[in-house]
Order: sequence, then structure tokens, then C-alpha cells
Amino acid sequence: MITAERKSFDQIKESIKEFESLLVLGCGTCVSVCMAGGEKEVGLLASELRIKNRLDGRDVRIGEATIQRQCDQEFIGPILETARKYDAVLSMACGAGVQLVAEMLAPMRVIPALNTRFIGITQEEGVWVERCRACGNCVLADYGGICPITMCAKSLVNGPCGGSKGGKCEASNEKDCAWVLIYNRLKKQNRLENIFKMFMPKDYSTQAHPAQMVNEAYLKVGVEEKHGK
Amino acid sequence: MGSSKFQEALQSGKFVVTAEAGPLKGTSTTELEEIASVLRGKVDALNVTDQQSSVMRLGSMATCHLLKDWGMEPIFQMTCRDRNRIALQSDLLSAHVLGIENCLALTGDLPSLGDHRQAKPVYDLDSVQLLWAIKRLNEGYDIAGNELKGKTNFFAGAVVNPGADTEAAYELQIIKMQKKIEAGARFFQTQAVYDPVTFAKFMKRVEHFKVPVLAGVIPLKSAGMARFMNKNVAGVFVPEQFITKMAEAENKVKAGIEIAANLIKDLKNICQGVHLMAIGWEKKVPEILKTAGLIS
Repeated sequence: MITAERKSFDQIKESIKEFESLLVLGCGTCVSVCMAGGEKEVGLLASELRIKNRLDGRDVRIGEATIQRQCDQEFIGPILETARKYDAVLSMACGAGVQLVAEMLAPMRVIPALNTRFIGITQEEGVWVERCRACGNCVLADYGGICPITMCAKSLVNGPCGGSKGGKCEASNEKDCAWVLIYNRLKKQNRLENIFKMFMPKDYSTQAHPAQMVNEAYLKVGVEEKHGK
Repeated sequence: MGSSKFQEALQSGKFVVTAEAGPLKGTSTTELEEIASVLRGKVDALNVTDQQSSVMRLGSMATCHLLKDWGMEPIFQMTCRDRNRIALQSDLLSAHVLGIENCLALTGDLPSLGDHRQAKPVYDLDSVQLLWAIKRLNEGYDIAGNELKGKTNFFAGAVVNPGADTEAAYELQIIKMQKKIEAGARFFQTQAVYDPVTFAKFMKRVEHFKVPVLAGVIPLKSAGMARFMNKNVAGVFVPEQFITKMAEAENKVKAGIEIAANLIKDLKNICQGVHLMAIGWEKKVPEILKTAGLIS
């Protein structure tokens, strides 16, 4: 999932101080799972804002809504009319969601309430860790299912640096050295010879931004349906 | 094109000595010039670090060029931390034009360890790929396959950490050493060695590579420094006897020099040379070498 965490309350407050009405808009997918921007978090943030505004003697109308996905036009469409009744939208989606909502509501102001962090997994309740950098050229098959691009702090593909200590990373003794993990995994798979391969410089052109992907087959079907056969 | 003086020293079969100089933060080169004048004729080559510990300083390439002017044989250290493949290759061409002939390829510490912690780390190439890039430039091509007008002539080397502390880390160091050799490394300099017996075992393991290894030597300045390295520096293990000797010594400088010199005497029978990383004690290197009986 895409993980995100809420900006500090002070930062959020500062970014919306000019508005007299505000819709706090949650997203029901990734950021809901990582407890940053789902329905529950919308309720919490909206309440916090209402209390703070009352204490400050400000009269700000604060509404709440959560849609299933802010990265999908289909789900944003039905909320547009409601959203336009406010001065601004405080989006609790990842950066992609914020941008699509802003595009569909333009020129209305859409303010982010979260910092988008990474593509990751839930390690334990309340702890998420990065597992993929979306490099566009997956190498997991070569490394026993452990990604050196993501899990090695230096994204080294030909073996560790000299900074691994006690199986931990130079960056932090709380993080495992990815290469020690890869070595142990491949050894258990009897595939250590894989590490001896020379991996050539990675093709970072797949990371050219903004990236786009097109499903040609799907497009074709769509066109045929629209125009009849 | 001929060999570098450093390469010739290694090929001569003599016990080779390299030292290390770190450029300062700023444009002052007085200290470097003094170090050069103290070490001239005493060491076979002088490594110049590349933004060591991710602390921004004067660059390695310009410093290497100055060292040539001052009659020293420089080894241009190059890390993958701050430059992408375009900048790395371009800097190699520039270094060649400035007369630099030896290059040491390293991964580079993370920016988070230095004084610009918010910097974006690059690591577009890793140290193995950088060695391969040097090989390609020496052959007259860049790594995209384009032909060069005028090729480089680098004697390239790499580093290895012989004191890796887990089985996996140790094996990985040897595997990576092999890959570095395949990619073009023709000499190695190691992390600091304090236990010649363990190091001899490592040398036995890598003997068949037939590539010269210069063992790293860091003179101890205090017991505290030794304990700090044991706790924080990967692959460095200072035995308790040295820590005690440093703690009890009245003259710490003399004790540190003696320990380093004795290590060098032991290492003489184990590998092809030593690499002295004096970290502020550069001007004491001749005394260490004299005590070790390498120079008179």
C-alpha cells in the first residue's frame, strides 16, 4: 500500500487559516489502512479543528466526507457538488489523491493534510515499513525475494558496502543489512551463485517522471464499446 | 601508455606503503602542502579522500593534481555517493587530463553520517560498476558504448573489509572482492587491521585472486579512540591488549607509534603493503615507518 502520515496539527492549521469553510475529505483505501486519512482520521481531525477554532473564537464551518479512492475520477465525481459549497478541501489522501481532487475541483483550493511516505507493508500493528521503490524494473527474482534497491540504504546491487556491523546497516543499527538478509535467503535456497553475477548499472530511465503506463488491450476494447463494432 | 609509479612499485615486489590525506573544509591547502613535503619520498603513493565521512570539503581531484605538482604520487579516491554515471565518467576524464593515474573506487558513506544530512544520496553506480566504468574508459569507450576521443589510463583499485563480523558479511566481502577484480580492480586497500593472525587467514582465503592487498593501519591515539572504533566502525576490532597499552602509556604518541610499527612489521610477511590512515597524524607517518624499519 501507499503509506502516509498526518502533518502536524500546527502545520495543518497554518495552511488553512484563511478559509471560513472547509471540507475534510478522507480516502478509504491505502491511507485508511495505515490509519492516516480514513474515515476515522477525518472525524478526529475535523473535531480537533472545531475545538481549536472555538477556543480561538473563530467561526469556521467544517464538513466531513470520505470517499473510497481519491485517485479515481469515478469516486470523486459524486462529491464535487458538496465540495464546492466550501472555501477549500483539506484532503487526507496521498499526493496522487490530492492532485486529482484539485484537478477536478479546479480552481478551488485543495490542501494536503498528509505527507506521503512510501510503498510498504504493515509490519505489526501501527508499524509500516518500505518494501518497494517502484523502480519499474523488478529484480526480486535475482535476490531471493529481497529488494536491494529498497532494503539497502545505498541501493547496491552487487553486494554490501563495508559498513555492515553485526548484520545491521551503517545507516541505523536497528535496520538489518539487506545484503546479509539476501545472502542468508539465497544460501537457504541453494542459489548463492546468484550473488557472484555482475549486475550492470540499473536502467533508471524507467523512473523518468511523470511516469505513465497504458494498457493497449484495454484501450482497444474501450474504443470498440464506445463506437460500436 | 605507461604504468603509474604506484603500479610500478607494486609490480616491483617491494613492500609498498601508501598513506592517506584528507582535504580540509575550505580552500586552504597549506596543511596538505606540509603533509606532502613530509611524506615525499617516504611513501609510494598518497590517497586523497573524497568528501570523507560525507563531510563537504575541498575535492579529491584538485587535491590530487596539486599533489602531482608537489612531487607526490596521488591515488584519486572516488565514491558513488555524490555523482551519477555522467558526472563520474566526466570526472574520470578530467582527472586523466590533470595527470592523475591511480583511482580507488568506493561506495561512499551515507550522507546521513556527515554534515549535510539532508542531501540526496546518489549511488547511481555501485563500486563494482564504477570499476567497470573505469575499465571501459581505459578501453576507449564510455559505459553507454560511445567511443572516446582519447582514452584514460587508470590503475584502478578498490577496498575490502577483512574484519566483517558475521559469516554472511565476511563471505559477502570476499564475493564482492572477486566481483571487483572481475570488474577491473588491480589492487586493494583494506579497512584497519589490528589482528595479524585473523588477517593472515583472510589473506589465505584471497591468495588465489593474485591481486596485491595493502593492509589498512590506523595508528591509535588513545584508548578512547580504540574503544570508539570497536563500538562504531564496521570491521574494526582493536584487541584489549592494545587498549590497555594505550590507557597505561605515559607517552601516548610513542605508544601509538610503537603499536602501529609493530603491526606493520607483522603485516610485512602477510601481504604486499600497508595503507596508513593516520587521521590527523599524517606528519608522524615517517616516524612510524622508521620504527617499523621500512625507512632509515
